[in-house]
Amino acid sequence: MNDIILKVEHISKQYRLGLVGMGTLQDDLKRWWYQVRGKPNPFLKVGDLNDRSLKGNSNYVWALKDISFEVREGEVLGIIGKNGAGKSTLLKILSRVTSATSGGIKTRGRIASLLEVGTGFHSELTGRENIYLNGAILGMTKAEIQSKEAEIIAFSGCQRYIDTPVKRYSSGMTVRLAFAVAAFLEPDILVIDEVLAVGDAEFQKKAIGKMQDISRGEGRTVLFVSHNMASVKTLCSRAIVLDHGEKVFEGGTDEAVSFYLKGGDELLNYRDFGDSINNKVFQLHHIGIKNNTREIYDAIVEDEEIELKTSISFKATNPKDYHITYHLFNEMGEPMFSFSNTAEPLRHGDNVIGCYFPKSFLQSGQYFLSFFFVKDRRKAIFIEKDIMSFVVTDGKRDIGVYMGKEPGYIRPQFKWVRLDD
Amino acid sequence: MNNFEDDVWLYTISSKRKLIDFNFKEIWRYRDLLILFVKRDVVTVYKQTILGPLWYLIQPLFTALTFTLIFNKVANIETGTVPPFLFNLAGISVWNYFKNCLQATSDTFRSNAGIFSKVYFPRLISPLSVVISNLIKFGIQLLVFIGFYIYYYFKGATVSVNTSLIFFPVLIILMGLLGLGLGMIISSMVTKYRDLKYLLNFGVQLLMYTSAVMYPLALVRDKLPRFAWLVEYNPMAYVIEAARYMLLSTGNISVNGIVFTCFVTLTVLFLGLIIFNKTEKSFIDTV
Repeated sequence: MNDIILKVEHISKQYRLGLVGMGTLQDDLKRWWYQVRGKPNPFLKVGDLNDRSLKGNSNYVWALKDISFEVREGEVLGIIGKNGAGKSTLLKILSRVTSATSGGIKTRGRIASLLEVGTGFHSELTGRENIYLNGAILGMTKAEIQSKEAEIIAFSGCQRYIDTPVKRYSSGMTVRLAFAVAAFLEPDILVIDEVLAVGDAEFQKKAIGKMQDISRGEGRTVLFVSHNMASVKTLCSRAIVLDHGEKVFEGGTDEAVSFYLKGGDELLNYRDFGDSINNKVFQLHHIGIKNNTREIYDAIVEDEEIELKTSISFKATNPKDYHITYHLFNEMGEPMFSFSNTAEPLRHGDNVIGCYFPKSFLQSGQYFLSFFFVKDRRKAIFIEKDIMSFVVTDGKRDIGVYMGKEPGYIRPQFKWVRLDD
Repeated sequence: MNNFEDDVWLYTISSKRKLIDFNFKEIWRYRDLLILFVKRDVVTVYKQTILGPLWYLIQPLFTALTFTLIFNKVANIETGTVPPFLFNLAGISVWNYFKNCLQATSDTFRSNAGIFSKVYFPRLISPLSVVISNLIKFGIQLLVFIGFYIYYYFKGATVSVNTSLIFFPVLIILMGLLGLGLGMIISSMVTKYRDLKYLLNFGVQLLMYTSAVMYPLALVRDKLPRFAWLVEYNPMAYVIEAARYMLLSTGNISVNGIVFTCFVTLTVLFLGLIIFNKTEKSFIDTV
């Protein structure tokens, strides 16, 4: 068993909501006055859990609450959670960009963080100059960069442009160059945010490959945050799941991913949004998914038609210009397909519309839906990722047939016609 | 076992802050970054301009010219045997260094928020690089001053350097540190309360008028004795007066004044370091 290289102990982070103004000055003075008298900070006692959909009682929220975990040398730890679960805040604290409100971190090695590629790139400087600047910002010394300069340039594939100012680069080239610098960082612990979601497919493959080399081949300790379950599953050996600033699960990657996808024990197939998704154009009331013939709390089976019911009020005057679009993702977080209500447009006022997946279309497994509200068929004016997840269970199968899972995620019932009659 | 383990941690990041917690070793480790920042600042300022680094010179020259016309020709301020233009150029070059240090460092957190929010390095590197890159600009301006100096010398003006000129670098460092200290204090506060930014802009201007930039210190004592304290309690006034004494042998060096300036500089610098250190840890939440 390797040694523990990083120890996170009871990290909490409190944020103040609202604007900075007279109120902050008042709070600052109060905090200072408590400190002068040797009393603890009065605002540490208050604060709500960080759930953006609920209305809180306090101006203070806990973005992270009492997070502890340990990382062993050479381990690749995934950190997963929904938007606003506190992943980025945790990374920021780990990379020392900001400090925790309470708790501490102990480390046995140098931490370098990659919360963004190309931090500090200056558009007037040439590619080569930026390699040095960016490398130094990330914590490399000049000598280190010098020894890797040729490799970095080769990896970026920007040889031809290397002495041209970066402002003449295409955005893809800038990202390649930036990632190339980061890929040759050699800290003891590397902290990575979702930087892989950049560049074209070829480069992504290269980047993931390099990440794998870093973690497997070179035995580097990596902390990796991502929304992409496939890359978490590929890269990480262990994962923690954050939810509303609290650590809700820690364990093997597969278990963690399915825990995250399940989203706890709530009723999965139906969500009432109350007043939380309400704007000038529309209000989303609820979404439910079930088999056509069954009740909402029944498990969904694969061999019956599935109904996705959306209840939404349209408030603007031009319902024809707007569409609901859903994106369906599989349990690895990979997109499967998208679908829109183009066949059944919205009306002004209340709408309850259903969408039907034919029977046996979706195979058993876990799925997620992302909700988009699209204007003029091209501009998403509202996006809610992972708005709902649901599980499709195996249907009844005849005794004697194959009981395992067929390959793939969908099993459409295509038309088969005899042509020799 | 546990006790042993605690000793071998490379470093710990704790939410508890010590009041005085300077990590100069870490800054030394990042010295390459400091050099690269200085290089970036110097090289990129006037990229894609026709006159390029000449802009470093144009601004003080025209300011000195304006001052000469207004304060010396129109308002008849006496500069003794020294040509007024040279007198003003010396004052302005020195003052500009201080002003640039102060203004640029006081903007540290806001202007670097993008980088600071994504990656950690000792934040002190940023203001330090500003002070150093401005020193280079100041060096260039000093060359121009020397050029005019020689010109006036051959035209027969009575100008002479002073043996105390060997202390000139000390004076400049002192001034840079004062700008750095003040700038760090202001930059820390600006992160939360933007009001200070506006205060600073005209505060610097007011400060210039009380810093004996365009008049000899003795003149205020002579003509406005009731308000002379405004200038006498201004550490910058002594620096500028001393710089002119060293460069042009005009006015005089007040030892008490310089000691006072040193004392103020060290206090401000120390305070600045403490406040800056405290701010750098969490400013990203408020900026």
